[in-house]
Amino acid sequence: MHVIDRRQNPKAKSLGNRGRFVRRVKSHIRKAVNDAIRHRKVADLGTSEKISINSSDVSEPSFSFERGVGNREYVLPGNQGYQRGDRIRKPKGRGGSGSSGTPDGDSEDPFVFMLSREEFLDLFFEDLELPNLAKRKLKSMTTAVRSRAGYASDGAPQRLNLRQTMRRSLSRRIALKRPKQSELDSLESELKIAESDNDELEVIRIRELIETVRTRMRLVAYLDTVDLRYNRFENTPRPTTQAVMFCLMDTSASMTEDLKDLAKRFYMLLHLFLKRHYQAVELVFIRHTYTASEVDEETFFHGRETGGTVVSSALEEMDRIIRQRYPVDDWNIYAAQASDGHNFDHDMPRTLALLEQTILPVCQYYAYIEVSDESIDGDSLLWEDYSPLIERYPHFERAHVTEPSDIYPVFHNLFASGAHSK
Amino acid sequence: MKKGTQDLIYRGSEWDFDLLQRAHDAIEVIAVDGLGLDVYPNQIEVITSEQMLDAYASVGMPMMYSHWSFGKHFAREELLYRKGAQALAYELVINSNPCVSYVMEENTMTMQTLVIAHAAFGHNHFFKNNHLFRQWTRADRVLDDLSYAKQYVAKCEEAHGVQAVESLLDAAHALMAYGVSRYAPKKPIRPKDRIAKYEARRDHEQSTFNDLYRTLPASKRESHRDENSSDSQGDTVKLPEENLLLFLADHAPKLKDWQRELLHIVRRTAQYFYPQRQTKLMNEGCATFVHYQIMNQLYDGGQIDDGAMLEFLHMHSAVVRQPRFDDQRYSGLNPYALGFAMMRDIARICDDPDEEDRQWFPQIAGNGDAMGTLRTAWAEYRDESFILQFLSPRLIRELHLFAVGDRSDSPFVSVDAIHDESGYREIRRCLADQYDLSRHDPEIEVTEADLTGNRRLVLTHRVREGRLLAKDDCNRTLRHIAALWGYRVRLIETDSQTGATLNDYDVVALP
Repeated sequence: MHVIDRRQNPKAKSLGNRGRFVRRVKSHIRKAVNDAIRHRKVADLGTSEKISINSSDVSEPSFSFERGVGNREYVLPGNQGYQRGDRIRKPKGRGGSGSSGTPDGDSEDPFVFMLSREEFLDLFFEDLELPNLAKRKLKSMTTAVRSRAGYASDGAPQRLNLRQTMRRSLSRRIALKRPKQSELDSLESELKIAESDNDELEVIRIRELIETVRTRMRLVAYLDTVDLRYNRFENTPRPTTQAVMFCLMDTSASMTEDLKDLAKRFYMLLHLFLKRHYQAVELVFIRHTYTASEVDEETFFHGRETGGTVVSSALEEMDRIIRQRYPVDDWNIYAAQASDGHNFDHDMPRTLALLEQTILPVCQYYAYIEVSDESIDGDSLLWEDYSPLIERYPHFERAHVTEPSDIYPVFHNLFASGAHSK
Repeated sequence: MKKGTQDLIYRGSEWDFDLLQRAHDAIEVIAVDGLGLDVYPNQIEVITSEQMLDAYASVGMPMMYSHWSFGKHFAREELLYRKGAQALAYELVINSNPCVSYVMEENTMTMQTLVIAHAAFGHNHFFKNNHLFRQWTRADRVLDDLSYAKQYVAKCEEAHGVQAVESLLDAAHALMAYGVSRYAPKKPIRPKDRIAKYEARRDHEQSTFNDLYRTLPASKRESHRDENSSDSQGDTVKLPEENLLLFLADHAPKLKDWQRELLHIVRRTAQYFYPQRQTKLMNEGCATFVHYQIMNQLYDGGQIDDGAMLEFLHMHSAVVRQPRFDDQRYSGLNPYALGFAMMRDIARICDDPDEEDRQWFPQIAGNGDAMGTLRTAWAEYRDESFILQFLSPRLIRELHLFAVGDRSDSPFVSVDAIHDESGYREIRRCLADQYDLSRHDPEIEVTEADLTGNRRLVLTHRVREGRLLAKDDCNRTLRHIAALWGYRVRLIETDSQTGATLNDYDVVALP
């Protein structure tokens, strides 16, 4: 007999088969992913997902008997009171029981399994070629940080590192046998004793000794330029690993639940997208009618408000929040504005000015999503008036969405295309 | 409590490789000298729970080729396992020479000992001696064949694309139950040799390729070849043919060589499982009986301590639990429970029979050679004949077995026999039938195959007891067959008694 340890064999051998399976049921999973968007909060899309699939779609067919057709007989254990000839009424709804006869068995279970977070996201961003895209489009803010980086042999005097310098000086002195000051002192005191004793020979000998010691001390400097060591600093760029995403939405009466749902999908995608790039992504929801306020997610999507539409109010609020909580040096700022395109005429100049002067300079990216029913013809006010800005600012993009199925391509276009001339 | 003189093999629950070796050696002494078992050399492999799940998903074969359906099963098993709805098997064993048993690293030492006794000796003995295994499987080739299949499938995927291989395997898997010739299989040339031959021929063709031949008038050659091939095919078709996979692999007009070979691979896998499906009850019964004997003897000999014995009894009783039919947990007769009970019952009849046993089993009652009788039974029978021969009235009473008849035209099921004098034989026959594979799977044969004309394939399902095929599954399976065959496929359901046609399916191959 021999024992073999197979535990070290490559793990996750099943991943290959799992990959094949996931490929096979992709269309179903895509549907599940779609549903997930509808039911989840903006921020928790990126977790694993339980996918259930109609079992017939992944069944492996083989010839089998129709249930409940034909005659069969079987043996069961645990008889308690049945006598020969007893008749038991068959359960309703299922034509006779199979030989397994589980009382609550139901063979039509959907096939359920867990999709890992990675698999989920991969499917989500299937055609988006995220890595390349992220590099190109998501610029990180960087701040320079000065950090110690060892020692240098030259530098500004104020960076002189005494400790290192003296250490080198000491070792050099020891190596080159530079006499110590104390040796010289003791020789001089001996000289004095010799002089007072009038010992001529001794005086001459000590004088010579003192002379050589002095020469040596002169030749081997106490502190040489080769000893000097300076602190060295380097500027390392540190990527800002946090981002804040502003969701601006017009919540005036003209925005129906459906339109909000469209906007929500876009926000979810954007959030997920940012999530893959930054360590921390914060969400700020700002809704506006003629005034704007920061609200929580629930209110944002489902709250009811009436009133006119003043876009600039939202931009002001956003500006205020940035100043207050999100210093531009530390945060990457993204904004997505969803609206049905209405704004008061008199507000437009102010809106454009705010965008151009305050908001766009600090944003990494600003997306304007116009959600509307198909019925509306022609360009809306915002759409039209944003046009000149779009031309000038490559990180300002806009898109038009009318159906949930549009969201994905629109998102794709916004982020994948190099064309800003839309 | 009597204690033997020997030292404990181990203490506590931790195991290491030395202890496994010691346990194996101690068990070997009992199994071979005491119980007279005849086993292949053992090879014990330690794996992790994940690897065990993986093996589970691939029909119990840790070296299976890749296919999406294994991924599907893995996903399901994993979910059940994570939810705690299902525990993992402690062990897996492959019918090969040397006999490979897989044990999990999480097992305690007692469990490892139990697994060695159960798999490395119980199953091992059964594999080596049962006539079905001897006849249908080649223990010395199993591992080779498996690794060959894995490599070949991977190679095909590389050469012809994952999609093409996958759809072919889908179709082949649908016919897995029809990949066995029930009558003595001939020993085919090894697939490796066949491929070597095929490759040699291809090389030869390539090396002697002369572009000039291409300029010959094409029509002549085409027709010539057609005549030739149809002649040769016509000669070899023998109908009816119950082995659908074999038939398709040999005669499907449109398949390429690699596709034929894949069909053969699936067919051989099916064949490997054929004896297992027929002897599930006996195999588990044998292994359970053997581990029970061995663990008891180890304990009696003082080689395992009280704690280990209690742990073993706990596991053993869980394994042989048989819930009643109206229990929530009931899921058919537990082969471990029934098998173990029957083995014990036979041993009892041999050693300590009562009057009833002498009357029912005159050949073995009181012969005093329980192990010898069991070894003969393990070697010579399969589930169906084993039950028919050895299920005793006493066991029927103990298990309170009763037979139920279910006729489709009646709104009632009827209790046909219970554990009384008039019911024993009826229950025994009925239970034996339940283990008869030919009643389990629909009986479908190729009855007509036109290889020269319209190339239609006709299958016939001989319907017994009015049990028709499930329509949905049948149509889908037929589509798979049509995909393999390449032309129209028809399936006729005829009543086996009257010969009347009950159903007629017709499926055209999608281009």
